[in-house]
Amino acid sequence: MLGVIALVLIFALLGSVLGFSARRFRVEGNPLVEKIDAVLPQTQCGQCSFPGCRPYAEAIARGDADINQCPPGGQDGVDALAELLGVESKPLAAEPRAEAGPVVALIDENTCIGCTLCIQACPVDAILGSAKHMHTVIASECTGCELCLPPCPVDCISIVPVKTGIADWKWPAPDDKVA
Amino acid sequence: MATQPFMPLPGGLHLPTFKTLSASRPLAEAPLPAELVFPLQLRGGINAVPTVSAGQRVLKGEVIARAAFENLPPLHASSSGIVRCIENRLLPHPSAMEDLCIIIDTDGLDEALPLQPRRHFSLESRETLRAWLIEAGVLGLGGAAFPTGFKVDPGKRRVDTLILNAAECEPYITCDDSLLQHFPHEVLQGAIILMHILSVEQCIIGIEDDMPEACRSLENALRARAYSGIRLQRVPALYPSGGEKQLIQILTGREVPAGGIPADIGIVCQNVGTAGAVYRAIEYQEPLVSRIVTVTGHGIHEPRNWITRIGTPIAHLTAASGGYTNAAERLIIGGPMMGFAVSDDQLPVTKASNCILVAGHEDLPEPPEVMPCIRCGACAEVCPAGLLPQQLYWYGRADNQERLEQHELFSCIECGCCNMVCPSHIPLVQHFRASKGKLTLKRREREKADHARVRFESRQSRKEEEKRSKAEATRRKREALNLNTPEVTHTEAN
Amino acid sequence: MKEYLLILVSTLLVNNFVLVKFLGLCPFMGVSRRLETAMGMGLATTFVLTLSSMSSYLVNHYLLEPLAITYLRTIAFIVVIAVVVQFTELVVRKTSPLLYAMLGIFLPLITTNCAVLGVALLNIQSGHDFMQSMLYGFGASLGFTMVLVLFAAMRERIDAADVPAPFRGNAIALITAGLASVAFMGFSGLVRG
Repeated sequence: MLGVIALVLIFALLGSVLGFSARRFRVEGNPLVEKIDAVLPQTQCGQCSFPGCRPYAEAIARGDADINQCPPGGQDGVDALAELLGVESKPLAAEPRAEAGPVVALIDENTCIGCTLCIQACPVDAILGSAKHMHTVIASECTGCELCLPPCPVDCISIVPVKTGIADWKWPAPDDKVA
Repeated sequence: MATQPFMPLPGGLHLPTFKTLSASRPLAEAPLPAELVFPLQLRGGINAVPTVSAGQRVLKGEVIARAAFENLPPLHASSSGIVRCIENRLLPHPSAMEDLCIIIDTDGLDEALPLQPRRHFSLESRETLRAWLIEAGVLGLGGAAFPTGFKVDPGKRRVDTLILNAAECEPYITCDDSLLQHFPHEVLQGAIILMHILSVEQCIIGIEDDMPEACRSLENALRARAYSGIRLQRVPALYPSGGEKQLIQILTGREVPAGGIPADIGIVCQNVGTAGAVYRAIEYQEPLVSRIVTVTGHGIHEPRNWITRIGTPIAHLTAASGGYTNAAERLIIGGPMMGFAVSDDQLPVTKASNCILVAGHEDLPEPPEVMPCIRCGACAEVCPAGLLPQQLYWYGRADNQERLEQHELFSCIECGCCNMVCPSHIPLVQHFRASKGKLTLKRREREKADHARVRFESRQSRKEEEKRSKAEATRRKREALNLNTPEVTHTEAN
Repeated sequence: MKEYLLILVSTLLVNNFVLVKFLGLCPFMGVSRRLETAMGMGLATTFVLTLSSMSSYLVNHYLLEPLAITYLRTIAFIVVIAVVVQFTELVVRKTSPLLYAMLGIFLPLITTNCAVLGVALLNIQSGHDFMQSMLYGFGASLGFTMVLVLFAAMRERIDAADVPAPFRGNAIALITAGLASVAFMGFSGLVRG
């Protein structure tokens, strides 16, 4: 009997020590979200079904979303997230876009009516222009998220591959077929 | 004058040099070609904008293209003639891509731009001298083609030594050897000018000990005139002692930090050819329009060195060298270790072309079949940069970016020593190049993503601010319109 | 002094808890894919083991034995260990969220690490005093960390190598662990007795 009481007292003491420590070492927010967000490609396109990259990162950290929902990040992005979180990697959920390589949006200036709907849609302010004035895409800022295509009433925006020159050329891997 | 070098190269290989092939004939001026080709691509992925148009007559030394916004060395015509056109041509680049080039039909008159008189260089400010070097199009002639005017501007770094690289370590190439035998004073005068621009008092010329005629020529030149502060230092003939970082380590014992430049440790290193070009640019106002090119290999009848105009098609040089032999198998721009193969001999000579190697079977035998890595470690023994090629290879295959960076993949100078000693004939350098490309791409993508995130977040906060101030304004307006109006049900979408 | 050295050498090499006693294999296999995670896990386990071996000695010596309730030893030790592990979890979460995320479920699983309970019970069995118990726990955790780090280094290289498909992943890891265990048998003559 005495033993049980003594143990219960000890356990209560230990429990209160733990309680105080929990308050002392409280962690605000979830720093893991920053790390996940740093891996995501920041196209803010919404293809993962979340309104932007940060909400998706938060969902992953909460455990509400899977790591393979981001097409712009590609399989490399999924692998990086798997590495970060220490889980097994898995194949990308969606099929990747038809054209390989980086793409940007291009406004056909002959057709543009200056309605500013695309400017409001662009998540990174990559479209220059104002009402009744010509709109143009700043190619160096465009992430190819394609959010500007649906709002355009005259359908003058197209997605084109980025022109590459010898500065973008990389040595190919040697094809040594070793067993 | 020959004191011991500071420290031996870690690693490196003794390669058969084949230098006697091209060294036996005297240096000569290559005949003017019928056409000159000038690719417009500059460092940093931008194209120079032509300042001439088709049909225009240009003189030797006239600027024909410039970078639009950056302060970069312009392109000059290397002989007088008419601009035929500006069109896409195959580039002298391993990618075998095409891009815009200016084509000039020479008129054979070789008329040069009239020169303006100049004062002695010591009377000009250092910024002026650097600007002259940029304007004269002087680039590093050792192969990297870095604008010399920028290299000799260390900015906040303190530089105390100039090193001239005469250690021509790659087999077959004798262009620097040739330059030193025939124009030693140009090189030394160039060194004096460079020392003045850098405000340094000592200059070490590193030369390999298997270049005796060049050594003798330099020693005689140093004795003939008073060149204070310049000394000659022989280094053992070992490939790749002529690599910039390697030569610095051999001569001074200082190691260039990973990701850094020699100026970080107080040294600027220039090729002897560059020093000669600096002299001609400052003393004679002559832009860089020619360089010495070694045409060699068992696939050419008369291997020799030519003073070549920039833009000369390779075919013109090989024809002047007696043409191809039956043994000719491949055409390489550069040497057997660090050059790249091309498929077309109409490609032009550029400022970075030090050698045209027409390789026969004995120059570059077919690489044998690749076998699995047996982890013997021979590659690590010969690496002059002190890296672990075996680990880089395995982590490259596993695409482990983190470990590749930790093992200093970007410090690899791609010299090819590991390729040569691998008993399984694994093309290690090609693997490293591919890995470097992947890593650079990933880094660039991450930078782009970070940049996009910043823009997105600032846009979000701007929208928040707009919404807040609009709500504030509405609230104030409603108050001002006074409180008679009962609390309207909140129909506006929040 | 010599006795303490003996305890350390014995727990580190001769009677290494992972490769000789085969305790604590769960984090050994689960956390050894990356070197940084393995080092983090080793440090966390060191912290837990040292603290818990000290506190379990104290609980046993000043509570269980005087009150003659040694039959409650297992429960008491488990609770002590659980509290120490929870405390460690709080500290790790605060100081290194990345390590916390990387260790994942294996951090609270230190509670069920048989090496931790094993150390506590073996201390009683061997009749160690306070200093000896602490050193025993510390030595055991050092041995654990050392083996974990060595194994992680080996696994990283193995993961990059050309392993035949049926053996990839845990299969080759277990074979390697077995071979490492055989290697550690070489230490068996190091300490007499």
